[in-house]
Amino acid sequence: MNWRGILRTALNALRRNVMRTMLTTLGIVIGVAAVITMMEIGNGATIAIQRTMASMGANTLVVVPGAASTGGINFGMGSIMTLTPQDADAIIKEVPAIRSVAPIVRARTQLVFANRNYVPTYLYGTTPAFLEVRDWTNLDSGEAFTDHDVLNVNKVCMVGQTIVRQLFGGESPIGKEIRIRNVAFKVIGVLSPKGANMMGMDQDDILLAPWTTIKYRVVASSLSAANQSSTNAANGNEVTSLNQVYPNLQQSLYPAASATEQADTPQPIRFTNVDQILTAAQSAGQIPAAIQEMTSLLRERHHLLTGDENDFSIRDMTEITKAMSSTTELITKLLLCVAMISLIVGGIGIMNIMLVSVTERTREIGLRMAVGAEPADILRQFLTEAIVLCLLGGTMGIVLGRCASYVVTSVLHWPTAASVGAIVVSVVVSAVVGVVFGFYPAWKASRLDPIDALRYE
Amino acid sequence: MIELRDIHKTYRLGEVDLPVLMGVSLNVLRGEFVALMGASGSGKSTLMNIVGCLDRPTSGEYWLDGMEISRLNATEQARLRNRFIGFVFQTFNLLPRTTALENVMMPLLYTKENLSEGQKKQRAARLLEKVGLGDRFDHLPSQLSGGQQQRVAIARSLINHPQVLLADEPTGNLDSRTNEELLQMFQKLNNTEDITIILVTHDPGVAQHAKRIINIKDGLIEKRSDMLESQKPV
Repeated sequence: MNWRGILRTALNALRRNVMRTMLTTLGIVIGVAAVITMMEIGNGATIAIQRTMASMGANTLVVVPGAASTGGINFGMGSIMTLTPQDADAIIKEVPAIRSVAPIVRARTQLVFANRNYVPTYLYGTTPAFLEVRDWTNLDSGEAFTDHDVLNVNKVCMVGQTIVRQLFGGESPIGKEIRIRNVAFKVIGVLSPKGANMMGMDQDDILLAPWTTIKYRVVASSLSAANQSSTNAANGNEVTSLNQVYPNLQQSLYPAASATEQADTPQPIRFTNVDQILTAAQSAGQIPAAIQEMTSLLRERHHLLTGDENDFSIRDMTEITKAMSSTTELITKLLLCVAMISLIVGGIGIMNIMLVSVTERTREIGLRMAVGAEPADILRQFLTEAIVLCLLGGTMGIVLGRCASYVVTSVLHWPTAASVGAIVVSVVVSAVVGVVFGFYPAWKASRLDPIDALRYE
Repeated sequence: MIELRDIHKTYRLGEVDLPVLMGVSLNVLRGEFVALMGASGSGKSTLMNIVGCLDRPTSGEYWLDGMEISRLNATEQARLRNRFIGFVFQTFNLLPRTTALENVMMPLLYTKENLSEGQKKQRAARLLEKVGLGDRFDHLPSQLSGGQQQRVAIARSLINHPQVLLADEPTGNLDSRTNEELLQMFQKLNNTEDITIILVTHDPGVAQHAKRIINIKDGLIEKRSDMLESQKPV
């Protein structure tokens, strides 16, 4: 008995009662369609959640300089000045797992507008890429500064919602000028509200300006100043609160180095440093690769020898990433349960109808046995019928499911994502359902006694 | 060809044993045309089922074409039926909503021979022509008369070139004129193709067409009337 013959017999038998075949198949059609729609909605939800998580900074990796230590005293992470803007450029160019990179220069100082003043939590000098990294490209009003502004050291800035409230009393700040250490910055953009982060820090309490402007005009602290402070901390105990009295006056509290001293301690010539580099990985899955590639790139750029410790460290958002993966896992499992239930119900429908069909066709089975069909042939025939039913239902279910998820997307505006996996799974599962639920009726048919079957009325 | 030795068959109905065949011995030679006669309940159908390898005797030996086959399992019996035996039933047992040609081809689905679809069709068509239905290939059983249906069934029984043809009351559902045609067809098959035919009937008029009549009564062979004189020319 060849496969073509079996298949033809099965199709003929199914064609004999089209209505019933259709209704039986409907169980599987609905089951598979539900699976596909659920999985596609689930996929969409997963992607939406990932996007949300990403905007919370799940994919963000922060590169901070390592710890400086002088005379046995460690100054903590970020005290060494090894990260340069060129490092940031190199990362975006040479690490494919990284989506965008923004160098950051931090400052903590007073903002003045008219008769108000305010100290924001975050005063960042950065590049426009910062908005991409933080998934913040939708501005509330105005526009972002450009790479051109960064190159030209332009005095422009964007402010967060909290600053709008604190400094401008809710009025539009666009076009107005904020003074930061007596440098006037023109406000060109207002960031959209983002609220507090997971640590409770107000993310809207932020001012963004080109890092060059912050670095050269506001902070104006150079490598020598940093070194000075470390030297000072190592051997001095002078109080350093006076230099804040006249903000514009960069008063040096330390005696100027004599010519001899300067000759004794030559300052290494270095590029401008940045306080940290903010990067965003392409996806959560690429974070480990991104960390590894960035580490080797920065080690090479910083000329570290094999045995040396890293002079920087890379931080990832492990907590958020974990939350994200457990959420998506939960969704997937939940949908799998729903899928299983609907397919089992459909499968039981198939089994039911196959049992009816076997009873109804007892005489036919008897005849086939009398003319020489082996029990295995009968088993194969009914099993094939059940599998054909399921595959038929599976195919229609896939089409229906795709349509349903299309409707869901266009009418309910839920995100969906086509999933090849769902289609493959439902085809396989519907075939398996056919075998599992078709086996008992087929086995029952094959065990019939030909004499009784022939006499069956 | 067919040799039954002391065949017993007992059915169990709950606690009670119901003996149906009580030591039947029978010899049918190749090319014979035998009529099994008996009242209903005499055990003729049971005997027929055993001869047709549809059932197994409780005890006794059954030799078919030199093989002892009373202890075969269901699968082996099925193969044997497919190769050696053709069945014609009282109720025709054609597949509904299936054309005459496909009905005739149906047993080929279960043969071990490797025939192409074309060869199968050709063989079935030849047989349908032989039984006089050359113009009815694509008719469904519901579009055929009783006699035509039975002729389709005969064509089906011959598709695997069986050596034995078992006909269980083949004329029971037909009128007398059609009966006569069918019985002549059996005789012709018996004479020209040398097919052994065993015909089960309760109608003496039908049994008259056979070369030999075996009467069964209460599970035993009653009388052997060898080579009936009433052999009619075809």
